Amino acid sequence: MMPGETKKATYTIPIGPIHPALKEPVRLALSVDGEEIVDVDVFVGQVHRGIEWLGMNRNNPIQTIYLAERVCGICNICHPFAFVMAVEHATGITPPARAEYIRTIIAEMERIHSHLLWAGVAAHEIGFDTIFYLAWRVREEIMDLMEYVTGNRITKAMFQIGGVRRDITEEQFPRIRKSLDYYKSLFDQLKRVFLDDRTIRMRTKNVGILKKEDALKLLTVGPTARASGVTKDVRQDQPYAAYADLDIKAITPDMVSGTVIGDVYDRIIVRLLEVKQSIEIIEQCLEKMPPGPILAQPKMAVLLKTLTEAEGDGIGRAEAPRGEVIHYVRLEAGRETLTNWRIRAPTYVNLMCVPLILNGGQIADVPIAFASIDPCLSCTNRTVITDQALGERSVMDYEEMHRLSIQKTRELQR
Amino acid sequence: MEILSPEEIADSFKTTLRDGFIDAKIHRCEVAVRKNIFSTIWIYVKGEAFREAVEHLCKLQEHPHLAMISSCDLGEHIELIYHFTIYYGRHLEELSLGLRVNLPKSDLKIPTITDIIPGALFTERETQEMMGVEVVGIPDKRRLFLPEDFPEGVYPWRTDEKGPPDDVLRVLPGREPK
Repeated sequence: MMPGETKKATYTIPIGPIHPALKEPVRLALSVDGEEIVDVDVFVGQVHRGIEWLGMNRNNPIQTIYLAERVCGICNICHPFAFVMAVEHATGITPPARAEYIRTIIAEMERIHSHLLWAGVAAHEIGFDTIFYLAWRVREEIMDLMEYVTGNRITKAMFQIGGVRRDITEEQFPRIRKSLDYYKSLFDQLKRVFLDDRTIRMRTKNVGILKKEDALKLLTVGPTARASGVTKDVRQDQPYAAYADLDIKAITPDMVSGTVIGDVYDRIIVRLLEVKQSIEIIEQCLEKMPPGPILAQPKMAVLLKTLTEAEGDGIGRAEAPRGEVIHYVRLEAGRETLTNWRIRAPTYVNLMCVPLILNGGQIADVPIAFASIDPCLSCTNRTVITDQALGERSVMDYEEMHRLSIQKTRELQR
Repeated sequence: MEILSPEEIADSFKTTLRDGFIDAKIHRCEVAVRKNIFSTIWIYVKGEAFREAVEHLCKLQEHPHLAMISSCDLGEHIELIYHFTIYYGRHLEELSLGLRVNLPKSDLKIPTITDIIPGALFTERETQEMMGVEVVGIPDKRRLFLPEDFPEGVYPWRTDEKGPPDDVLRVLPGREPK
């Protein structure tokens, strides 16, 4: 697109739906007036896989845990977590206390890895690849730790209805503590890199602002809501598992900067502090972990029979790295599969605030502003620019957008 | 803001909705070692009293958080559950509140609540396209997840004749269809 070709002020720029570097596809239609974005529309559904349908028609509830684990590659703890809590709510099965602590520990490990992954992606989006490499190298430690504890880096298969499938033993504690100490020793450096760096401040301060009032109206959840000053965190409000034994406080950006603006920079602050919070939670869990069994019903056949005979419905809510995940489950006596299963992931509600975040910004800010809600379906592979006045189309690919973003960083650095 | 107990909330719905109120159930459970107690409230209301119930909920909490609308095909009728949470932002005090509405299949209509809670739009659009419940007054009638070429009048979440027909379901090679 050459500036001279512009005849009329408003263009519609569809972005997406596919980009290989990001996790899942979504399409955005931006209306732009010159460089300024005036309106945004979001289209989803490109990866509708019918997972709920499989849970209601093919799998029994125990098999469905593994299906829930595969809802998302990054949040593969919080989905089975919310699912087993929903089934436990519906059937009245109570998991043993030790299992609640193990669940909490691995859920917090997931938060550390997800936030570090996001930090790397965000740095890449503004063309600061040094930080991207640093963040992802640092992330390897938690991935190794998860492999050590659960046997797997990605799909950990730890959850079972009424407990967990693997114990965390005393002999494993020193190795876990070693990794936590590694992150504690690095934390000041990470904080300096992400919060004090001039380039990051220039590209993220006052970009993609979401006001508290809007966050409340649009039901925003997770770090995106907390960065706008909404103190909403399931771990604090209605703590589940071992969080109920710990005093957790929702993190808001004024803890560091003194004010709440609700921009991309504030979202960085919230996620960074949550990494530290997660380390503290794991340490407390290791200290307080009670002895005992890890499963309410170790015999799978008996458990399956209980589930087939159970009647009722329940909800499970868990705080995923991106916000609240909620599962609704309904069981009918005599039916092997679930009668009803509904999943709501945090990005579902967070996408509604994307228009507000992008409006008034520049095209070069789209990658970082959109990535700042940490969408679990993303982003900008190919942009088709349609000139409405002339009916002409030209294609702007992701590399071109990314180049614009880097160019803006360079210009600001001058 | 005054914080009511689950029983008081159920009573307040009963007095406000009068005939529109059907039933309320409170479910309590204990968590982990400290045994903190958490409550889930289910409020059963009639379809015509639904909007009044949401308006009443807004008096209990300024911005009630609507997590999602879940819907279930129960044969003769369809049940919609609006999963709300109230009293969030405070340690241990949040409550889950589900507003449950039963709609007969002859009259599948529910008023929109996007004027009260703008963020309800996505989940209302999804309920409309997936379950075939008409959301009256919805500001954006387009589909959300289903592709544009998906046939009209077929609703994936339905289990009756309006559900997906057998020929759209692909069976994996070597498997028998259920």
